[in-house]
Amino acid sequence: MKRQIPLLITFIVGIVMVVQYFIPRQPFAGLFDTFNQWFLIIAVFALILGLMNLVRLHVQKLRRMKGGWGYSIVLLCGLVGTIFTGALWGIGTGSPFNYIFVNIQQPMGATMFALLAFFIASASFRAFRARNLDATLLLVAAVLVMIGRVTIGALIWNKLPHIAEWIMLYPNLAGQRAIMIGIALGTVSYSLRVILGIERTYLGGE
Amino acid sequence: MILLFLIASLSISAYDTPNDAGSSITLKFSSSLPFISGEVMRKNSDGEFERMASICSSDSSWMDNFTVDGVEYFYKIVLTTEEGIITSETVSAVSSPQWFHKGRTIMLVMVILVCGFILFFIREARGGKELYVRPIAGIEALDEAVGRATELGRPIMFITGIMDMDDLQTIAGITILRRVAKKAAEYEAQILVPTSRSLVMTAAQETVKEAYYDAGRPDIFNPDNIFYLTDDQFGFAAGCDGIMVREKPGAIFFMGSFYAESLILAETGHSTGAIQIAGTAMPSQLPFFVTACDYTLIGEEFFAASAYLSRDPLQLGSLKGQDWGKLIFFALIVVGTVLMTFGITVIRNILMVR
Repeated sequence: MKRQIPLLITFIVGIVMVVQYFIPRQPFAGLFDTFNQWFLIIAVFALILGLMNLVRLHVQKLRRMKGGWGYSIVLLCGLVGTIFTGALWGIGTGSPFNYIFVNIQQPMGATMFALLAFFIASASFRAFRARNLDATLLLVAAVLVMIGRVTIGALIWNKLPHIAEWIMLYPNLAGQRAIMIGIALGTVSYSLRVILGIERTYLGGE
Repeated sequence: MILLFLIASLSISAYDTPNDAGSSITLKFSSSLPFISGEVMRKNSDGEFERMASICSSDSSWMDNFTVDGVEYFYKIVLTTEEGIITSETVSAVSSPQWFHKGRTIMLVMVILVCGFILFFIREARGGKELYVRPIAGIEALDEAVGRATELGRPIMFITGIMDMDDLQTIAGITILRRVAKKAAEYEAQILVPTSRSLVMTAAQETVKEAYYDAGRPDIFNPDNIFYLTDDQFGFAAGCDGIMVREKPGAIFFMGSFYAESLILAETGHSTGAIQIAGTAMPSQLPFFVTACDYTLIGEEFFAASAYLSRDPLQLGSLKGQDWGKLIFFALIVVGTVLMTFGITVIRNILMVR
């Protein structure tokens, strides 16, 4: 029963979601949004589980004075402080919660995002080393696209921007579309396996 | 005579909006004369005309989304031009909901066709037919990666992406996690699973627990190794990077839905010297993983991984059906390209989803 009921729910919901896509009238219209709302409600309640897990692990770390326990203090203070400021003074513009979000959370997120520029440089350096024919082709294509997409490219040779555009529009787009078709078919196949109960590993079974 | 000409230059038609849930009528109109302002008027069978909306000269249609199904509504358009006010003829329509979205017919045909192939090969496999599936290096390297981490005495890190359980890629990631966790349990290696969603955390905890039971090592299962970090995209990336730098995992798996954080994670993992295997169906992130990881499961390979690993004939049958679906798409692309080259648009028109 522990396995059968979830499998039955998956089957019914899966079939209903496929059918609703092709039937625009009620009661099928709006079913997708309704199910999404149900999922959001469950996810919000599940967030409590996540928070409890986070707090428990860091309290344990503090108790055992594990390496890096100081960071656990920062995390717990940040968590409790943010919750309290939000609960006591609201989350509107000018509130302490908003101040924390705009002046701490957002800059830290932006800092992480900015690291991407350096990571792209280091990854490109490795990828573009001409070790074999494939890597050499990649290097040539990358150089043409990079130079063709900056102003100096047109000054060097006025056909470079067109070559860059051609590489992006034809070989690149063709490859991307081939991957997209594969992904779409893989999604259909995987969904069918889940709906029919052939794939049940996510439920904890083989 | 001038008035008759003006009326003739303003045409209007009304019809039930197609492929909808009802309660909607579409008006199409065109005027050969420029006008200063225009108004759509509506009445039902026993009422007076009421103003419903204003239109401008660039408009050619208007949708009335406030109708009662089964009731006949009458419409006319009143335009103010430099010559004076002109009124269109009165047209009527009745709204009703549809049972089938005709614009998606081709999609239904394709779904039935692909599903038909998949079900056919599943049946074949059930009948005991041997099915060949090409080797996928990334999947075959899963065990090798776990083994290497064990030899080095380092933990294994498994990241299921940043999306929730409603994303198919997360579910596919969880199925691969089971296989990796079972291998880790057999080798007595430690597996760390940071998650960015609470539901994923609970699903991953259950999956890893079952894997340890299957391997006959429930005694070494530690639920604290599968933990929640944060829902925030870059907060999660920072947390994972920190774990990579501190714990120095021997093998890192990225299996799921990733966005801008993919390269941040993969490059940090690469700098720690870990063997890295990624799998995702996000085309924009694939180049990053290909560059920074040792093996990458590209799109469909990622979804095929669980079937490939299980060697279950039913699951392998579905992969075979999927390949036949691909063959159909390939044939359509070739035929469509040749026809389009000669200006014949029949295939394109059939395949267009409205």
